[in-house]
Amino acid sequence: MKQVIEGNQAVAIGAKLCRPKVIASYPITPSTHIPELISEFVANGELDAEFINVESEHSAISACLGAQATGVRTFTATGSQGLALMHEILYVAAGMRLPIVISVANRSLSAPLNIWGDNCDTMAERDSGWLQFHSERNQDALDLVIQAYKIAENKEVLLPAMVTIDAYSLTHTYEIVDVPSQEEVDAFLPGYKPLHACLDPENPITQGACAMPEDYMEFKYAQQKAMQTAEKVVDDVFEEFENKFGRKYRKIEPYRTDDAEIILLTMGSMTGTAREAVDKLRERGTKVGLAKITVFRPFPKKELITVTKGANLLAVIDRNISLGLGGATFADVSSAYINAADRPLILNTILGLGGRDPTVENFCEIVDRSKEVMKTGKVERPVEWINVRKEDVT
Amino acid sequence: MKNPFSHEVKIVGKITVGARITQPGNSMEYKTGSWRSYKPIIDKEKCKKCGICVTYCPDASIKRTEDIPVIDYDYCKGCGICAIECPSHAIIMKPEV
Ligand code: SF4
Ligand code: SF4
Repeated sequence: MKQVIEGNQAVAIGAKLCRPKVIASYPITPSTHIPELISEFVANGELDAEFINVESEHSAISACLGAQATGVRTFTATGSQGLALMHEILYVAAGMRLPIVISVANRSLSAPLNIWGDNCDTMAERDSGWLQFHSERNQDALDLVIQAYKIAENKEVLLPAMVTIDAYSLTHTYEIVDVPSQEEVDAFLPGYKPLHACLDPENPITQGACAMPEDYMEFKYAQQKAMQTAEKVVDDVFEEFENKFGRKYRKIEPYRTDDAEIILLTMGSMTGTAREAVDKLRERGTKVGLAKITVFRPFPKKELITVTKGANLLAVIDRNISLGLGGATFADVSSAYINAADRPLILNTILGLGGRDPTVENFCEIVDRSKEVMKTGKVERPVEWINVRKEDVT
Repeated sequence: MKNPFSHEVKIVGKITVGARITQPGNSMEYKTGSWRSYKPIIDKEKCKKCGICVTYCPDASIKRTEDIPVIDYDYCKGCGICAIECPSHAIIMKPEV
């Protein structure tokens, strides 16, 4: 059924449809509506689950971890400082191979304090062993939560997953969302059957115990293998979802890339604006296309190289900054091409930090700069910040 | 009852998914005594056989006996808690060389 809902509602409804048994959450702007709504679902009987009010995000994810380790599906929502506070336990959950799913409202990190959008928070967790799915629209948020459970719980994967929505531009923005019925979701995502981690007095186990130098590395290798297996599982689940629900998801989604000389690489809600810029520039005869990253972990190397085949320049746009280097996506993208026979020139643009809205003009500016670079074939400044008052920083 | 942990999930060699330990009591296989840089030694003359050190040892490495307690150096990590807690100051911590 089609409903007009905000991104936070889409996540809350998506999570409810997956029937988690335990939700432990601590409110943080701009993701607070999610636990609020889920607590209402639990209170009014729409969702048969235990809702735990905790005193911090560290506790929220710890409670999810403990509950998931007993053998039930769990969920929590956070963002920004909240995700940063979860950092320690994110690694523990991944190492214990607990397929917890959380949603992250992408919000900038302090200081200075800022409650608006960028994805520095999620990027800081890219090495934690969690699968990462990024939403462009509210529909994606709902659909990706459902698919994330299915991928995370796959017995060849067993990794936790985060689904992101951008602060305000999705969390608090109302859009039309096609909400599937409970029966449809039940048919797609059966109840969680713990295969390796559950509480059973008949078969006591220790989970996440100490591993000495003789064994630790094998556990990390096993996680890496699971990430590699997830590459295939993501494709399979996306395909099954498309067959059942008619909505197609791809790790990297191309737009007008076929004959494109310049390709913009985007993530999250800025993609809609970038698409508009592409259409505008195409009208003027510029051969520009766009590729959107939906799956950031496992990093879709193969798909990226395929999508950009034939392009002269790839303009990577980051709403985050790995200080001392450049954008986080840029770093990963560059490494993807390191041994590729054919590779485009790669430029990085940093924009939209702390909720500064990316505009159509910003993307046109990036394309203008790309054209200049293509003339000489030389990248003098790989990383450029735009829409920033450089003159005010002395 | 069928063990729910031994099937379905792929195991890489001897590595369990999620670092699970499925048999109880196998910490006995990890001898942690080599971590020790100071070795607790009980002075037979001073020991009153009160058993306080047995209770306090976090590694359960001190065994009560009919006589004075016996330290199991295969597992004692040399933390020194027994020496601090012994009311008779009967335990000295001797550097391992
Ligand atoms: S030094 Fe520590 S580990 Fe060793 S016997 Fe004393 S209390 Fe136990
Ligand atoms: S605490 Fe001291 S006195 Fe008591 S049993 Fe241990 S060594 Fe002996």
